[in-house]
Amino acid sequence: MSKITDTLRQYRADGYFAEFDYHWTMAIDLDQCTGCGACVVACQAENNLPIVGEKRMRQGREMKWLRVERYWEGDYPDARLSFIPILCQQCDKAPCEIACPVFATYHNQDGLNAQVYNRCIGTRTCAVYCPYEVRFFNWFTYTWDEPLEQQLNPDVTVREKGVMEKCTFCVQRINRAKDLARDEGRRVADGEVQPACAQSCPTDAIVFGDRNDTDSAVSRKMRDPRAYEVLKELNTAPSVVYLKNAREPLHAADGGGHHDGANAQAAEPRAAAAEPRMVEAESAVT
Amino acid sequence: MSSVLRKQMFDHGPPSYAEVNRDVINALTTTTWRYWLTLGISASVALLFFIAPWIYQIIVGVGAAGMNRNAMWGTYLSNFIFWIGLSHSGTLLSAVLHITQSDWRKSIYRSAEAMTLFSLMTAALFVMVHVGRLWFVHWTFPVPNPMELWPNFRSPLMFDVMAILTYLTASSVFIYMGSLPDFAAVRDASKGLRRRIYAVLCFGWRGTAQEWHTLGWSYTFFAVLVIPLAVSVHSIVSWDFAMSTVPGLHQTIFAPYFVCGAIYSGTAGIVTVMWMLRRYMGFGRYIGKLHIDNLSKLLLVLSLIWTYINICELFTAWYADTSFENEAILYRIWEGPFWWLWWEMIAFCAFVPLLLFSRRIRQNWNLMLVISIVINIGMLTERFVIVASSLPRKFLPDVFGTYFPSLVEISITVGSFAVFTTLFLLFVKIFPAVSIYEVKETLAPLRKREASA
Repeated sequence: MSKITDTLRQYRADGYFAEFDYHWTMAIDLDQCTGCGACVVACQAENNLPIVGEKRMRQGREMKWLRVERYWEGDYPDARLSFIPILCQQCDKAPCEIACPVFATYHNQDGLNAQVYNRCIGTRTCAVYCPYEVRFFNWFTYTWDEPLEQQLNPDVTVREKGVMEKCTFCVQRINRAKDLARDEGRRVADGEVQPACAQSCPTDAIVFGDRNDTDSAVSRKMRDPRAYEVLKELNTAPSVVYLKNAREPLHAADGGGHHDGANAQAAEPRAAAAEPRMVEAESAVT
Repeated sequence: MSSVLRKQMFDHGPPSYAEVNRDVINALTTTTWRYWLTLGISASVALLFFIAPWIYQIIVGVGAAGMNRNAMWGTYLSNFIFWIGLSHSGTLLSAVLHITQSDWRKSIYRSAEAMTLFSLMTAALFVMVHVGRLWFVHWTFPVPNPMELWPNFRSPLMFDVMAILTYLTASSVFIYMGSLPDFAAVRDASKGLRRRIYAVLCFGWRGTAQEWHTLGWSYTFFAVLVIPLAVSVHSIVSWDFAMSTVPGLHQTIFAPYFVCGAIYSGTAGIVTVMWMLRRYMGFGRYIGKLHIDNLSKLLLVLSLIWTYINICELFTAWYADTSFENEAILYRIWEGPFWWLWWEMIAFCAFVPLLLFSRRIRQNWNLMLVISIVINIGMLTERFVIVASSLPRKFLPDVFGTYFPSLVEISITVGSFAVFTTLFLLFVKIFPAVSIYEVKETLAPLRKREASA
């Protein structure tokens, strides 16, 4: 018994994942995000996501591992739009991982929140526990129409009905790079792995890399004073870091505590973390 | 218990030993066409409204239900909790009353425990309806396998599986053990095939002093064992919710809230079942004013506790004053599509039971039937409101959604009541629904007094 509790304590301690070779992390610069949606399309193509159709989309059953959320500020014509791409945050203290009764979701040694499709029995508890709502359930067995099945990615499983799925940070690409690096007896170089979303981003807003390597591009981004984590107050320790879109407040006069732009927000990470809620919500999915 | 109370147990005077045997065994052996009709109707409703849509859902996928990305849990889970809750009074009440030596339990406890058993089974069915891949549901058990994959012992769902199975096993053993002497009585009173079946069922009970002694202490042992089990089961079910981060579910009060609600709805369920037994099985002589009065008092106390916990829930949300929690509560009671269900639940479960302060209402069987059903409707909606008003709105406003049950879900919900009824109807023809030997135990001192008078 003490052996089990010791393991768990060790598992929960801060820095536990630093012992391992890689700690994959993503940084998304919201200042550079134009909301074009190229990442969404790339994700759909890379990961064999089904096209659910108009009817099921309206029922709220779309499959999008990565979505660009839109938030409006102010009233027309004095309005402003901001984008935030939300994907699985690969939390180090993931709420979903404790939920699964059969260990279909677990934390692997790369700091990834892995989902084992074969093991999933579809209790959907992980999705209920996920505060970011980035887990997607296969309500039906989806099929692809005639020529479309030709473009399915052979490196990625096609999921059947009753299975939970979510963003994997394109684990198939990570594993291929790791295999290659191991064969050549070296570490995976910075920038060698790119998930589909990062690869397709026209403005390079998405940066992906290894957090354990302090010189990597993503580590440098993490040290940016604009960096914050979404819903940080829930202590999920996400592996996706957002760089705040530092802009003048829409109405500078009644902007209250935000007159100082970027520096003020960097000093107040909590306020920055709650950003999506501070603006008026407009329920629309791009 | 004083003899005055003992006399109150039987509305039409205490029966003789022979009458107890005759009445109870008659209920087993004499089957009218009305019984077959009821059984036929409820079995076909179960087949049409529960099994058929379920098979459809297995073939198509859980998409047949109305759940979506925002509300991954729906009526299946809320019904699961409702049925688990309904199971909570029978065995628990029977065990508590056994330990406190309240003799009035003796004529009602058998069917109350049966209610526990069958609502637990219905609840277990809902787990299977709920999961996406029914055919792998056995993976939640610690089945040895070559991959050395075990269930996740940190998961509240894992605790659920353990707790519910333990409770189901313990209550089955409890009800079976208590029925042994009655099976023997049925065996002695019947002939032919029935005699042979009951001879096996009663494990060759002979009624020796040693057997009575063993039965006595092992029954008490199980009664003591079952009480903490029952409390733990619904606490654990509440952790399914409380261990999430969802505003409106992530609350420490959920365990006592759910346990109290469970015993509450279970007791109301017992009242409903008692009314049925009196009306259709002819047990009016054994289940009388005393029983309904005591059960109603219990209902009243539980409703007050339940109301108190609801006030606590609102108070803590208001006192903590976090924006997520505030919005979740506001959405539940005022802004959401199901605000009227919340008020309905408050009206049915907090205000209607206040009528029970009146003794005249407490002792009116027909009125109590209505009140008990109203309470259980309220409790069914309580669970639904908790699930349906919290999950569609969690944290990120961009993905806020709504949830409404589909036809398949509604049909399966309706069908589950038929499943329960069918199981219960089968029970009353196999088990003596009133405990023969324990009713006789309460008779003994009465008869002595009569003889000396």
